[in-house]
Amino acid sequence: MSNRGVIAAEGLNPPITERCAETMPNVADTITKLVNGFFEWFGCLGIFIWKVLRAAVTPPYEWREIIRQLDEVGSKSFPLIALAGAAIGVVISMEARYSLTRFGARSMFPATLVYSVIQVMGPIMTGLIVSGRVGAGMGAELASMKVSEQIDAIEASAINPYRLLAATRILACILMLPLLTLAADASGLLTGWFAQTLVEPLSFHQFIESGFQGATFSSFLPQTFKTAVYGLIIGTIACFQGMRTRGGAEGVGRAATNSVVIASLFVILADVVLVKFILVVFP
Amino acid sequence: MATAYDIAIKQAKPAHDGRAPVIDVVNLRKSFGIHKVLDGINLSVNRGETLAVLGRSGTGKSVLLRLIIGLKTPDSGTICICGQNIAGLAIDRMGEIRKKMGFLFQHSALYDSLTVAENVVFPLEHHRRDMSRFERNDRVKQLLTEVGMEGILEKMPSDISGGMQKRVGLARALALEPEILLLDEPTAGLDPISSGEIDDLILKLQHERQMASIVVTHDLHSAKTIANRLALLDQGNVVIKGTFEDLQKSDIKFVKEFLKQS
Repeated sequence: MSNRGVIAAEGLNPPITERCAETMPNVADTITKLVNGFFEWFGCLGIFIWKVLRAAVTPPYEWREIIRQLDEVGSKSFPLIALAGAAIGVVISMEARYSLTRFGARSMFPATLVYSVIQVMGPIMTGLIVSGRVGAGMGAELASMKVSEQIDAIEASAINPYRLLAATRILACILMLPLLTLAADASGLLTGWFAQTLVEPLSFHQFIESGFQGATFSSFLPQTFKTAVYGLIIGTIACFQGMRTRGGAEGVGRAATNSVVIASLFVILADVVLVKFILVVFP
Repeated sequence: MATAYDIAIKQAKPAHDGRAPVIDVVNLRKSFGIHKVLDGINLSVNRGETLAVLGRSGTGKSVLLRLIIGLKTPDSGTICICGQNIAGLAIDRMGEIRKKMGFLFQHSALYDSLTVAENVVFPLEHHRRDMSRFERNDRVKQLLTEVGMEGILEKMPSDISGGMQKRVGLARALALEPEILLLDEPTAGLDPISSGEIDDLILKLQHERQMASIVVTHDLHSAKTIANRLALLDQGNVVIKGTFEDLQKSDIKFVKEFLKQS
């Protein structure tokens, strides 16, 4: 009998089949819990969306809170978005000039910059920055209100928290994302042109005329307004994560992190789907 | 520490008007997973009456209040508020019932991004749109004066003490002139003097407004001071209901033990 056989026979170390039998339930349990958690999360999200929708379409409407949230999401994100857009404009300008010069297509520079910023970088960059700034802020704020019973206090005062807290924030995100995207685009184009002008003088009028030559509204509008969907995602995920928080300060931290991570992931996934959708609908 | 005012008020009989109780809880059950928290609770409170719910920590006293105000849903049983069963009511219908109730949370639950005045005006802004801004502000000042908190209108909740937060929470709970007042541990975490002041305040408000109140507490002295009747909870059931004297006369072992330790 081999050494392993002796150990197994003496019961010191059970044979591998027994050990597998012991470990398998644990693995199965873990997988079951993960799958259950996954479906439970989506189930709860569905119920949350239904409650928010029902609250949003029935009066009274929380106009003051909507205006406050528009300011919170829009005005307060504007400087960061404009700055990030400016940086992206400069980077694309430098990269595009180098690549286009290599391929002898320098005349294409304005169009390359315009299309890169407006169709690709502006929307996704705005979505990701807002999911970071606003998603974390909303997630943490609502989570903190939840753990300190402030949301219960709102409900106990006969005020629907889904209407006051969630619907207003989600609506503000939906309305503000396209506007912030326009700001990012404008800022990116301006700094991109400026960076180009430092190397090779080009009037702004010429740059715009050449960049938008042959462009139609459908070239840019769907790309800009698709960010309303990002807004819907960011607002919904942040409010959902915040309002279902449990477990004190640690729970608040977890809600803020989860809001950002999940919203960013969903924004990227939505971008993939929306790009394909736009290409099909607006060929 | 009961003041002369307390004793005078205590001697006044609750205003039983012969009608159905304002709060009527019948065979109420609530579990969290396998843990039965409330297992067939029956109690009722009339207008002008204060019921103190006592019991050890974790016996479901706060859960009972949350079920009554609809923040949690019962597994079975009925909760009638002013004759209407609230079990299964839609959120907006429940809202109408909640306007009749004021709730003081254990940790006050003041909105930390709003000032004291904004906290108190919050329910008025949402439910009394017929009132002008000046009328609402006057009402806030009047409520804060009533709870002895005039002059702190612009302070943030984080800048005032726990006892002051309770008073502001009480002013907020009273903003809509409720018929029912639910108080969750109103004196928890307060020093004896502040506790006594809060008890006096609750008694004064009760006397003036004749609300039906349920006070959840494990402070026997406070319960004895402010309540007309007491209900002692253990293992999800009401062990005994009655006046403090009834509890003292009881032969139930748990009641004796509870009174001895309190």
